[in-house]
Amino acid sequence: MTPVATPFFFYLLAATMIIGGILVITRKNAVHSAMALITTLLAQAGLYLMLYAPFVAGVQIILYAGGIMVLFLFVIMLINIERTMKERQFNKQWLVGIAAATALGGLFITVYTKGKSLFPAGGASYPEEQNTQAVAGLLFDRHTGMYMFPFEIASLLLLVAIIGAVVMAKKRI
Amino acid sequence: MGALVQYIQSYLSSDLTPGAAGNWFWATVYVLLVFVGLSVAVICMNWLERKILAHMQVRLGPMRVGPHGLLQPIADALKLLLKEDIIPAEADKIVFWVAPFIVVLAAFTVFVVVPFGPTHAITDMNIGILFMLGVSSLSVLGIVTAGWASNSHYPLIGALRSSAQMVSYEVAMGLAVVSVILMTSLNAEGTGTLSMIGIVRAQQAQGMWFIFKFFPLGLIAFAIFAVAMVAETNRAPFDLPEAESELTAGFHTEYSGFRWSLFFLAEYSAMIAVSSIAVTLWLGGWLRPFPNLLSGATWDLVFSLFPGLAFLFLAGMCFFNVARMPKHPLFKIQTIGLAGFGVVLGLIGVILFVPLVRDRVGDIFWFSAKVAAFMYLYIWYRGTFPRYRFDQLMKVGWKVLLPTGFAVLILTAATAFFEPSVEQWLRHIL
Repeated sequence: MTPVATPFFFYLLAATMIIGGILVITRKNAVHSAMALITTLLAQAGLYLMLYAPFVAGVQIILYAGGIMVLFLFVIMLINIERTMKERQFNKQWLVGIAAATALGGLFITVYTKGKSLFPAGGASYPEEQNTQAVAGLLFDRHTGMYMFPFEIASLLLLVAIIGAVVMAKKRI
Repeated sequence: MGALVQYIQSYLSSDLTPGAAGNWFWATVYVLLVFVGLSVAVICMNWLERKILAHMQVRLGPMRVGPHGLLQPIADALKLLLKEDIIPAEADKIVFWVAPFIVVLAAFTVFVVVPFGPTHAITDMNIGILFMLGVSSLSVLGIVTAGWASNSHYPLIGALRSSAQMVSYEVAMGLAVVSVILMTSLNAEGTGTLSMIGIVRAQQAQGMWFIFKFFPLGLIAFAIFAVAMVAETNRAPFDLPEAESELTAGFHTEYSGFRWSLFFLAEYSAMIAVSSIAVTLWLGGWLRPFPNLLSGATWDLVFSLFPGLAFLFLAGMCFFNVARMPKHPLFKIQTIGLAGFGVVLGLIGVILFVPLVRDRVGDIFWFSAKVAAFMYLYIWYRGTFPRYRFDQLMKVGWKVLLPTGFAVLILTAATAFFEPSVEQWLRHIL
């Protein structure tokens, strides 16, 4: 079977992501921004697929595109769009903006020119069939499972956030 | 030319799905077949739903267009296509235009991994079930944007209800699915699978449909899924997003004509999609009933005759009704048409008896038959249950299904972990 991970698909997905990302910040209507963000996230799932990580791609679609963005839209719909349309979209902090852009651009150029020496060549690549098992191994396996603790800590953080939201939203529980 | 023919024929001898074999020709053929099959199934569902609901309510249902209203769906489709396509002046044009397509795309894309048989799937993905859940959860985006873009109150309320409902039932659904994926790992290697074909093969290898596995744990997980899938597809008794008596038509109030029919199409194909998830995960997918109890070549032959017999039965129904048709000259064309339909069905039935065809379509038949049972259940629910109130819906989702789902998941994991050692211990004692 011929590999699907051709440069054409990479550039297509990357271009979709960049255009989507630009639309997210330039659209005045928050719902349009959210839809552009969904496009970006879906294209990102495609990039994960190209890296032979189908499990991560599937989780990306379920969690971000299917779950979190629905809640985003849910909240945005309760906002008065008419008023947000009139608000100023960008602030005028040119100095900080230029500094941040230069730093990020410098980083990109460094990675692009010296990428080969910065990152280990090849690295660990899993065949497509074993991606799910590999993720599970990194989390749960007795010998290779080193990410169990960070994973649990992250979920605890989310739990704290949920409890905080409930406490703030409900005066009487 | 010869190379092309050879390319086409080369797939026939393999036992892979077209996607796995990387054969573009057959992949396209399968995509078209699934698309046409789905459209036909939606048309049939349209007619059946009206007829069955009508009979449940002691009415006749559509009777005018064609014999017993058989041509009613076609008349409806024509009406919808010719109807004016209205976009409200105050609507958000682009989003309003895109929303139905999101819903349809999400509903149809999931069929890429639905396994109609060991080789009869467009492709088999390593993340099959994850893909199905993920892509079908995208349809809520279409519903939400449709409700919002209409810029009207009823659709907005419908969309809000829909998003809240689908997000909350997805959680319980996911838990039920995870308990099945746990069951697939009960083999020598100890690794489970997310692939749809792999899940059915695991049931085949363990000699048991997962609905009966660890009784009653499998059954409870199935029940959770069966409730959640009705809520997920916005069907009665959970059809709050389009509750007619309160919200006129909910999120698609402002849609008309072709765009509305896209929502209709998406709703029914989403119903078929979730039913096929349930069939694949709990009811043995394409496997025929009683493979252990009634095994052997004779029973295999008997069960392989079922597809043909089903079509012959339908043909018999047609001829029975031809005989019952009024003898008035006005009904002459209808009578001839019905007889012709019966002949076509009978011919299909006869073709299905040919051994070469019989072996290829048996799995498709059993899969479709199981899905059809679910589709009948959907209609039955609609005819039986009154609509839930929104707070009741949320209560069922979060306070009943979710804790039960957690309990089933934990118990399944515990049983799967301890069962071998307990069995060993028992054998040791006895």
